[in-house]
Amino acid sequence: MRLIEAIRSALSAIMANALRSLLTMLGIVIGVAAVIAMVAIGSGARNLVDQQIRSLGANLAIVTPGNVTQGGARLGAGAASSLTDEDAQAIRREIDGVVAAAPFVQGGAQVVAAGSNWGTRIYGIDLDWFSAREWDVATGRTFDPEEMRRGDIVILLGQTVARNLFGDEDPIDRVVRVRNVPFRVIGVMASKGQSAFGQDQDDVVFVPLDAGRRRVIGRNYAKDRSVGSIFVKFANESDIEPGIGNITELLRQRHRITGEQEDDFSIRNLTEIANTASASANTLSMLLAAVAAVSLLVGGIGIMNIMLVSVTERTREIGLRLAVGARPRDILSQFLIEATTLSTIGGALGIGLGAGAAYAVAQLAGWPSLVSTNAILMAVGFSALVGISFGFYPAQRAAKLDPIEALRRE
Amino acid sequence: MALIETRDLSRVYDLDAGRVVALDGVSLAIDQGDFVAVMGPSGSGKSTFMNLIGCLDRPTGGHYRLAGTAVESLNADGLARLRNREIGFVFQQFNLLPRVDALGNVELPMIYAGFDRRTRREHALQALGRVGLAERAHHRPMQLSGGQQQRVAIARALVNSPSLLLADEPTGALDSRTANEIMALFQELNREGATIVLVTHDAEVGRHAQRLVRFRDGRVTEDRRQTPIDARDLAPEAAE
Ligand SMILES: Nc1ncnc2c1ncn2[C@@H]1O[C@H](COP(=O)(O)OP(=O)(O)OP(=O)(O)O)[C@@H](O)[C@H]1O
Ligand SMILES: [Mg+2]
Repeated sequence: MRLIEAIRSALSAIMANALRSLLTMLGIVIGVAAVIAMVAIGSGARNLVDQQIRSLGANLAIVTPGNVTQGGARLGAGAASSLTDEDAQAIRREIDGVVAAAPFVQGGAQVVAAGSNWGTRIYGIDLDWFSAREWDVATGRTFDPEEMRRGDIVILLGQTVARNLFGDEDPIDRVVRVRNVPFRVIGVMASKGQSAFGQDQDDVVFVPLDAGRRRVIGRNYAKDRSVGSIFVKFANESDIEPGIGNITELLRQRHRITGEQEDDFSIRNLTEIANTASASANTLSMLLAAVAAVSLLVGGIGIMNIMLVSVTERTREIGLRLAVGARPRDILSQFLIEATTLSTIGGALGIGLGAGAAYAVAQLAGWPSLVSTNAILMAVGFSALVGISFGFYPAQRAAKLDPIEALRRE
Repeated sequence: MALIETRDLSRVYDLDAGRVVALDGVSLAIDQGDFVAVMGPSGSGKSTFMNLIGCLDRPTGGHYRLAGTAVESLNADGLARLRNREIGFVFQQFNLLPRVDALGNVELPMIYAGFDRRTRREHALQALGRVGLAERAHHRPMQLSGGQQQRVAIARALVNSPSLLLADEPTGALDSRTANEIMALFQELNREGATIVLVTHDAEVGRHAQRLVRFRDGRVTEDRRQTPIDARDLAPEAAE
């Protein structure tokens, strides 16, 4: 009860100098806003990275044809496809720790159904794709080995494509045309949502590797067995590094590359890329934390300053309170509560501002916006702590005043 | 037993410019129910004396007992308690909190006495009623006349039912008509049993007090009883 009254009277003292109080709070507001935004953006970024790893599949490397420079000329990856599905089979067969090697081809395609059509990406894949990407069908079934072998003209639709072509109807066993080739729909993929870059990963269709290579994509896959790239999935993260070395060895052998000759392929460790991104998200968080700490400090000094001014201005009031029976500790707690109320209001404003900023950043970056309860509690705690620690010295000065001297002061 | 008893009470200021003896060995006893007017030229030590017996200042020498308590032996909290429970102080400059209404100002001593909100409100309204300001309870000091402000200050001094009411030139900032009203109020409070020590420059007021104490150069130069203490309301042991 006493505390509530003390807070109420602190509020009225703060409101008596509303503008000054607001300016004083600014440091805390910015500091807390930085903390909130930091935590939200940091965890947003980390979530994004996690999601990226999850949507790609864990412990993944990708083998792409052609190296970055060849004889000084920069060639786009895939410009000259040197990889084949036999390479993928060899990787699967011979490299320790590999659980899946998924060769694929890809291209753009217009998919036409009875009454509508939809432009999307088409992938020719083999059965390892599903385990490598940890991606299964939601309804229907995946390709069977027979269909794969024969290159049957069957197709799996991503959620977005299914919805756009068939609405609420069941697309299974319906026929869609891609480049005038009729494909029978045998399944609809589970939803993967947006990718890191805001791409709709469900806007996609899958056909058997051979069907894709021969019937619809073709362009860069002149050689019969060429593939665009190969996803390689390892059992454990620790298998990836040695595995990449072994794959390099294997492919050089298979492609008859010797001595000083450069590789005609490149391998990237996708998990490592994700981890690097996660690390840089952490660095960003640390930087924001430093900003937050500095501005909380500055905010605290601001509060100390204004409380000292306030104690000086209200010396007579303090004298009067002492004269009617306030104990030194009553005066101490009055000013401490005032400083803490000031900083906590600043903290609350900061939470609002920080949450707003985090939301704006999340909207711009297409991240999930996360303002955690923990961050809010931490911010409130921190700002109260700032108020108490920086309000203590002024409050103590007030409490040490001599009643008669305080009353005499003008 | 006297309510107030000072023995060789002195207050010396050690300034860079030299020693100032503001109070020079005052021995005085004041009984419960008395109305004492303190007079004397400017700088004679009247305020110094009031501040000492009001426990706002500490003496540099001598002894002081208030209601049986040896004040010198008290720490800051003990002094605060005395100021809160035993003493009501009325200042020349009113010293009201400007942002708080009359009721809130009167409640202030009760906050530090630890009363709950409802009791405070009740007693504060009663005290305001006693000084004739019940209707002004929710006015702020700025919205009150000087006389009314001093009445609020008197209500504040009364609210914890102290055994001693001290007033240092309570009418010094008021015009003479208002001053007379305030003095009448003090006399009424005294008739109701309050022990009052009041500093004044007004000889008329001095004549109406039951006892007149005159200061000069930090000493008591005259101590005259003008009217016997009305003993009706006193407890038997205090009456002696
Ligand atoms: N804080 C102080 N520091 C130094 N000297 C002081 C202080 N307070 C009072 N004095 C001195 O003590 C003496 C007594 O002052 P006091 O205020 O008690 O006089 P007073 O009788 O109340 O006068 P007045 O009628 O003008 O109010 C004066 O000489 C004054 O200068
Ligand atoms: Mg004086």
